[in-house]
Amino acid sequence: MKFYRSLAVPALIWYVLFILGPLILILVTSFLQRGPYGGILWNFQFDNYLKLFKFENLMIIGRSLQLALTTSLVATFLGLICAWGIVCSSGAWRSMFLGLITLPFLTNSIIRIYSIKLFVGTSGPVPIILNYLNLNYDPTDWSTSSALVMYGMISSYLPFAVLPIYGAFEKIDLSLIEAAQDLGAKSWNILWKVIFPVLKPACAGAFLLVFIPTLGEYLIPDLLGGAQTTLIGNFLTEQFLKSRNWPMGSAVAIGLMVSLFGCYFIYKKARFKKAVL
Amino acid sequence: MSESSRPKAPAFVKVVLISVILFLYIPLLLMVTKAFRLEGEASGWTLQWFQDLFQDQDLLQSLKTSLVVGIQSSFFATILGTTAAIALHHGKFRGRQTLQFLSVTSLVLPEIVFALALLIWFYIFKIPLGLSTVIISHITFSTAYVILTLSGRLSIMDHSFEEAGADLGASNLQVLFKITLPLLLPSIFSAFLLSFLISFDDFVITFFVNGVGTDTLPIKLYTSMKMGLTPKLNALATLMWASTLTLICALFRTQDFWKTIKR
Repeated sequence: MKFYRSLAVPALIWYVLFILGPLILILVTSFLQRGPYGGILWNFQFDNYLKLFKFENLMIIGRSLQLALTTSLVATFLGLICAWGIVCSSGAWRSMFLGLITLPFLTNSIIRIYSIKLFVGTSGPVPIILNYLNLNYDPTDWSTSSALVMYGMISSYLPFAVLPIYGAFEKIDLSLIEAAQDLGAKSWNILWKVIFPVLKPACAGAFLLVFIPTLGEYLIPDLLGGAQTTLIGNFLTEQFLKSRNWPMGSAVAIGLMVSLFGCYFIYKKARFKKAVL
Repeated sequence: MSESSRPKAPAFVKVVLISVILFLYIPLLLMVTKAFRLEGEASGWTLQWFQDLFQDQDLLQSLKTSLVVGIQSSFFATILGTTAAIALHHGKFRGRQTLQFLSVTSLVLPEIVFALALLIWFYIFKIPLGLSTVIISHITFSTAYVILTLSGRLSIMDHSFEEAGADLGASNLQVLFKITLPLLLPSIFSAFLLSFLISFDDFVITFFVNGVGTDTLPIKLYTSMKMGLTPKLNALATLMWASTLTLICALFRTQDFWKTIKR
């Protein structure tokens, strides 16, 4: 046993050095003061956390929350429908659909965002089609809206929604759906009255899996969102790289982590209660 | 669920599924076609943009950086992750909980917090930002994926060979090097590929901890993208996508990967 314990030592040391250490440091930094030229002054205080509740910062948090919530809701809904479609298709199709949905998740997010930019950009097909349909469309106007950011986020994180729901879907009794269909229920009613109630826990999990990365997302709003949609991720980066206010940035980072863990615990608790009942 | 008893999906479900897949892939396909197209007067197919790529010294330099970072970090991550997974598989020891907790933390931590925490850490210890900090960060986030892949394999592996070896008087080291590691070799290889893939694709963490002149390919693409989209960039993105797809195909061929995902 002693031998195997010693095998864990290198990884343990590495993790303590480069995960635990930095995390404790960021917690400590969040209580410190900004130095005159960036950097850190070792004066303990709570100002950084109080500043989080300033109006403009609350606006950023609110906007990020709103965007993350809508994105996760839409992704969960699409995930539910996609999972239904995948479960009900035959063997070879099923693996192909699963592969097609998972593949983008395994490819570089920069490339995906690049291609989306190309797709909706000035000379891309989206403006051409929309102009053809006589719809007023200005790509430069889009770049400041959050619809594009949402498209980017959903296409990046959709697998997180589809896979857990699909996993749970495979385990439920599909004859329920068949019975509902035989008895003449509309597809919409089957979705809300038969499928959704059974898959509620899986949907909650999928929602959370999308919500966590989207809340702190930096790259997608930065590249697709334009300057007017500052979200938590961009705000954090600004604090660190531009205004070099590391203590403030650390406080934002800690706030983000605490709220994410909060969501996770609520989810765990809800599931646990369900298991007891 | 048996094959015959699957009910048919209603039409609107199929439509949504197909259009979701189309919306995922049309931009990528557009990017690939544009990389091979000449626009304007002389429209047609061309390889010119790819030729331009290979004459760009800056780009070749960042390709080299990407490969150096990817190979070195996956090498160390594979060693750390393999030893950790074997230790975790063999019962209780002090620090087991900590190890598990920290590896899961590294997986679920928002990337941006991960990056900024490391940035402050390097600043406090006065480690100059550069190739070494990028490699250290990549090792840190890849290790957990190696642990996951190998733990999956270890839990379904037949351990009677190891027990037989130990019964016949092999020392722990002999069992490890002559039985366990050879049996794990295919999974170790796929773990290496997986961590290379993750390292090759990483943007956010590299962006924060890299120094001057150590741009990896994703960083290069990002900074050039800020200047505007050009046909040359289409070719670069296409090439990067193709290499990622090749790596993924290699990964899928090693079956263990699927087993890990399904768990």
